[in-house]
This record gives sequence, C-alpha cells and structure tokens, in this order.
Amino acid sequence: MFEAFDALLLARIQFAFTVSFHIVFPAFTIGLASWLAVLEWRWLRTGNPVYAEVYRMWVKIFAVTFGMGVVSGVVLSFQFGTNWSVFADRGGNVLGPLLGYEVLTAFFLEASFLGIMLFGWNRVSRGMHFAATVIVALGTLVSAFWILSANSWMQTPAGFRVGEDGLLHPTSWLAVIFNPSFPYRFVHMVTAAYLTTAFTVAGIGAGYLYRGRHEKHARVMLGMAMIMAVFVAPLQLVFGDLHGLNTLEHQPVKVSAMEGLWETQRGAPLVLFGWPDETREQTLYSLEIPKLSSLILTHDWNGEVKGLKAWPRTERPPVAWVFWPFRIMVGLGLLMIATGAAAAILYFRGRLFDSRAFQLWCMALTPTGFLAVLAGWFVTEVGRQPWIVYGVLRTAESTSPVTAAPIAVSLVAFLVVYTFVFGAGSYYILRLIGKGPQALEEPTYGDHGLPQPPLVTGAA
Amino acid sequence: MFSLEHLVDLPLIWYGLILTAVLLYIVLDGFDLGVGVLFPFAPSETCRNRMMNSIAPFWDGNETWLILGGGGLFAAFPLAYAILMPALYVPVIVMLLGLIFRGVAFEFRFKAPEGKRGLWDTAFHFGSLVAAFMQGTIIGAVVQGVPVEGRSFVGGAFDWLNGYSVMTGVALVFGYGLLGATWLVMKTEEQTQAWARRAAAYVLGWVAVFLAIVSVSMPFINPDIRALWWTIPNLFYLAPIPAASLVFILLIWNDLNSEREVRPFLCSIGIFLTAYLGLGISLYPYAVPYEVSFRQAAAAAPSQSLLLVGTVILLPIILAYTAYCYFVFRGKASHESGY
Repeated sequence: MFEAFDALLLARIQFAFTVSFHIVFPAFTIGLASWLAVLEWRWLRTGNPVYAEVYRMWVKIFAVTFGMGVVSGVVLSFQFGTNWSVFADRGGNVLGPLLGYEVLTAFFLEASFLGIMLFGWNRVSRGMHFAATVIVALGTLVSAFWILSANSWMQTPAGFRVGEDGLLHPTSWLAVIFNPSFPYRFVHMVTAAYLTTAFTVAGIGAGYLYRGRHEKHARVMLGMAMIMAVFVAPLQLVFGDLHGLNTLEHQPVKVSAMEGLWETQRGAPLVLFGWPDETREQTLYSLEIPKLSSLILTHDWNGEVKGLKAWPRTERPPVAWVFWPFRIMVGLGLLMIATGAAAAILYFRGRLFDSRAFQLWCMALTPTGFLAVLAGWFVTEVGRQPWIVYGVLRTAESTSPVTAAPIAVSLVAFLVVYTFVFGAGSYYILRLIGKGPQALEEPTYGDHGLPQPPLVTGAA
Repeated sequence: MFSLEHLVDLPLIWYGLILTAVLLYIVLDGFDLGVGVLFPFAPSETCRNRMMNSIAPFWDGNETWLILGGGGLFAAFPLAYAILMPALYVPVIVMLLGLIFRGVAFEFRFKAPEGKRGLWDTAFHFGSLVAAFMQGTIIGAVVQGVPVEGRSFVGGAFDWLNGYSVMTGVALVFGYGLLGATWLVMKTEEQTQAWARRAAAYVLGWVAVFLAIVSVSMPFINPDIRALWWTIPNLFYLAPIPAASLVFILLIWNDLNSEREVRPFLCSIGIFLTAYLGLGISLYPYAVPYEVSFRQAAAAAPSQSLLLVGTVILLPIILAYTAYCYFVFRGKASHESGY
C-alpha cells in the first residue's frame, strides 16, 4: 500500500518534521538557561527573593522544555544513520568528530549539572548551585557551537578533499569548523534563541500584569525581556543582513529564491510580496520596490543580482518554500524591533508596566520567536536543496537502503507520538504559567533533605 | 594534517572506547530502565515516588552515553554506523519512541495533578520496557550477523526479527530488571527496599536461565565462535568468564537474604561485565558481525586522531563530574517531589 510513496520524499519529510520539532526546544532553552543564570546572579547579589522566585518558576518550565529537547534530540543523532546512511558513510570523516565533540563538551555537561540545578537546591551551597546554572547555560551555547558548525559545513563545505574512494577526507580542521558561513549562522541563531526567550518571557510577564497578578515578578520578566528587545532585536537585523551577504557569496541561488527574482538584472527590485511560480519561471502579482534588492545585496543602486534562471532547474531549490518563510522571518523580526522601540518610549514616559495596550501587544507576540526561528531554518535548509553537502553530495544520493513502507510507518508514528507527548508538555508548561511564581519556603526545613512538617507547608 | 596513526593503533583504541561507552550506557541506563520495568509492580504510590526520585537526577546523564555510543560510532566507524542503522531501522526507531515516553514521564509525572499521574506511570513503564526489549533484540540481531554488499546493508526491514532476537530482548528486560531492583535495594529503605529485595530475587532466577541459554547457544550461531570457545586450551583460558558470572549470581542470592545493600548492585554490574566480555570476545574483530572488521570500518586517521585528543582530555573530566553528581545525590531517595 506504500508503493505510491517515494522513500526519498518520506525520509525528507520525516527529517524535516523531527528536526523542526526539536529546534523549538533548544531555541527556547539556550536563551532560558542564560537568563536563569542572570536571575540567580541578581538574587545572590541583591538578596531580593523576587529573583529567586522567578528563577524557581522558570526553572520548572526549563526542565520540561529541556527534557523534551533531549528526547527529540536523541532521535536526530540516530536518524543520520537510519535514514541518511550514504551521507553518514561519505561525510562521516568530516562531520563525525564535530558531533562527537558536541557530546563530549556539551551534552554530558548539561545533563549532569541539570540534575544539580533542578534537585540540588538544598543539597549544595548557593555558590555551587549558581555554578551549576552557569555551566548548564554554557553547555547550551557550546552545543549550539558544534551543531551549527556541522550544519554550516554542510552549507558551505571547506577544508576537505574527495578521496579516490568517494569519501570526504578532512584536510584542515580549522577550515572545517570555522567554515565560511559558520560565524554568521552561529551569531544569528544564538541571537534568535535569546530573542525567542525574551518574547516568550515578555508575553507571560505582560499577561500577569494585565490580570494584576504577581506584579513584582511580572515587572522583572517584562523589564528584562524588553532590555533584550530594545538592544538585541535591532542587532539581529544587522546580523541577519551580514548572514544574507555571506549566503549571496556562497549560495547565490538561495538568495535569488529568497528574493523571488528570476531574471539576472542590474538595479533589481525588492519583491515585497508575490506568488513565485516555478513552471512559468516568474513571480506573479508582485509588489516591488525598484532597485532596492540591488542596494541591499550589492550596496549599489545598479548592482547586478543573479536571477534563478541563471541556474538549470535541477540546481534550484523549491522557490515558494524559501520565498515565504523568508518574508515571515523578516516580518516577525521587524515586529520585534518595533516592540523594542515602543518599550523604550513607554519606559521614558514611565508607563512601561502600566500600558494595557502594550501588555496585550506583548501577549500577542509571545510565540513570534519560535515562528521566526522555524521560518529562518526553512529558508536556509530548503534553500540549499538539492544538496545535502552543498555542491558535493546531493540529497537524493544520500538515503539509506530502507524501503518506503517502514519509513511511512515510522513517520506516522513520529507524528502521533510527538503530537501527543509534546502537546502534553505544552499543557504542563501552561499549567506552570497559570500557577505562577510561588513564595520561597522557609529554608530551615529541607536543608538536609528532611521531610517538611505539615504545619509549615500546609499541603502535605 | 594532524594525525596520531604512527604513534598509536587508532582503530583498536577506538574499538575499545566505543565498546566501553556502550557498556557504560548498558549499565547506567540499564538500572534506570530497569526501575521503569519494575515500576507498576511496586506495592504503593509512595514506593513509586521513591523509585522515580532515586533516578530522576541521573537518567539524562545516563542516556547521554547512548548518544556517545551512537555519535561515537558515527565518528569513529562511520561505515559500521551506515550499515547497522538501516539494518536496525525498525528496532532503533521503536526504541527511540520508547525512550521518548520514558524521558518525558520524569518531568510530566510530577507536573500532573496527583491522581492523574497514571497516564505517565504507564508511559514510564512501557517506554522503559519497550526500550529495554528493543535494545535486547538489537543485540540478538547483531550477533546473528548482517548481510552486506559493497558499503551498504542489503537485507529486509524485518531481518532483525526472529525467535533468537526476541529471546535476547526478553533476556535484557530481565537483566535491566535485576540492575534496577538491586539499585533500589541500595537507594531506598523500609517497605520499598524489602519489596526490591523480593523483586531482585525473582528476576535473578530468570537472569540465570537466560544467561545459560545465551552462553550455550552463542557457539552455534557462528563456527568461528564455536572454534574460539570450544577448543583446548581456549576453553580453560575463557572458563573464568562464565565462572565469574556464576559467582556473582550466588553472591547476589546470598546478599538479598542478608542486610547488605550495596554489594547486590555491584554484583549485578559484574554479571553484565562478564556477559559483555564474553560477547565482545566472541565478536572480535567485527564492527558489523561477520562482514566488516573494525579496521575496515574505521574513519580516516585524522578524524579518529582529532576526536581521540578530545576524548583523552574530556572523558576523565566527564567521569569526575558524573561521580560528583552521584555523590551529591548519595543516600536514600525520598518520596517528596524533588523541586
């Protein structure tokens, strides 16, 4: 019954689904871990319990998210082999060590100290607990370093040669790790993760303020998040632009698809919206700003920009899957910048925490970071097709010798299980948000793991 | 290009390292999967809370050894990874799905309102059970060999499934059950500990039966294994391995009926060590049994060299802070929600 399906397409959908689901979690935990470290540092410095209470609320959300990130990440580390074994065989010499270093330098660190961060509150000193939080935060960044290095190498491979056996062999590790697109992708993604966390935290803080609950805690959440929106959201525009110019240099056809430009021309317009039609090879109903694309991409009103037709059809990515997500990502980024600007104005008028319209606005923007991150990854991953290792190994040549039927069944299983499990996770996170920050218990009890007398907790 | 190939035998070192990582995974995640296997049989809700708390700070670190085993195989022996993963497509995916349910249950269970934890208790138990069983079938399938042509797997999607692999699957469920039960003897007290002693004694009998079946059957799978074990003088050199297993089994049996709390767990690890050693000796020097040796599957020397430098520096550090975490959470587990 599965003969009608194409094993390659199914494998691609399965990888796209599992990796898209996974990236949502690290995109949140990278920023959250760093923020928790800042909160705990503020608490240790000021002794203000509000910081500790905010920490204790968000560390629970962190734990649920991190757990989901771990289990969905383990799946990915096996899928390189189960679904892309030819890629694993041919690229293993180069990519294997990078992933190995990710496990050795980041995963163990995060997993071990997360235990102390979550359960060690009464078992280690405050300094040690803070150290554990910082180590987990560093671990998330180190993990991002290696996995983005590996991904960037697949986008802009460098420092290798193709051996007589058809396998790829490293020739310079520095060139492999610090390949041309890596610095840009790393900065762009880590910044995106920080903004994702900031806008989630802002939305929840704003929600508390709107309902008049947990006001002291909500001010910490919204205030700290808006510092990020004011200073970091505009920076991300710069990082994104630099990343785009890097892509233009190394993967120009991806940029042409992002822009929806078919003809190579001088003074190319910026297509704001339109309908890219691959059979007619043109973008229909397009709304354009003359010459702006040339200006952005070449910093010259009359610079030449290559169109998609400069490449044969077999070398082009599916255009609409790059064109639309790019607009979603940029649009959401601009909304974030506007939010930061509004926050700055409200702050100087002394109304940052009182404006109900702004609170509603922030609540509406809660998921923007996640959507922008997913859209951005669609741009870069679909935009490099039909290659798995750019210019070296095609996606179509990389699949495992597994037939369509088992892949179809596993894809359905992933769809069902992920929807159920991560749906439940989201539900528990919403419950934690509904519960909000709780006052710290009297530290006298429990310091030595002693059970708390019912009179003190009132709950047992 | 930086390479250590003229200084050391890289493929051999990596063969040892990957086998060690897999062993550490089996022992470490084995006890927490085992706790999951035993979970619904515990006599009370308080017991189950204690069982969960005894492993909650560790499971994530334990599972990281699986990623190191998988990721390390990819890095050090990409050809073996590229052949074995497609061959084991179905059991690997099912194992991963089991691990998902097991992993999220830790967080979700304590977030769910009391009385509505049943769903995650079920997820925890069956997730652990399925993951343990699939790992056992994977071992059973691999020891029977994998058909290879050129550089890829050429068998069918269900080649891994037969009576023998099902038997090894069940065997590993009991094996993990023993690790889990003896872990609980060490980490709990009172009612939970008393129950864990009974559970360990029950599981121990089955472990002995399955160990005997596997030991006797292994030599019939492949003539080389038969030649290795059943010739003089090899028989005498190798006899200490099953003998040690037997001693460990007897020690556990003795200790379960005494006051000892720690030695049963250590002896359970001993059983796994000896079984693993026996398996390793039988399958040497294959990375993909009976087709690809570890030397043929090895990654290029510069790749193995780079990762070896990192491993030599980082592995002792990882082991040190892992030990520190076990030290922080030493002593008996409580039944209170952890944080």
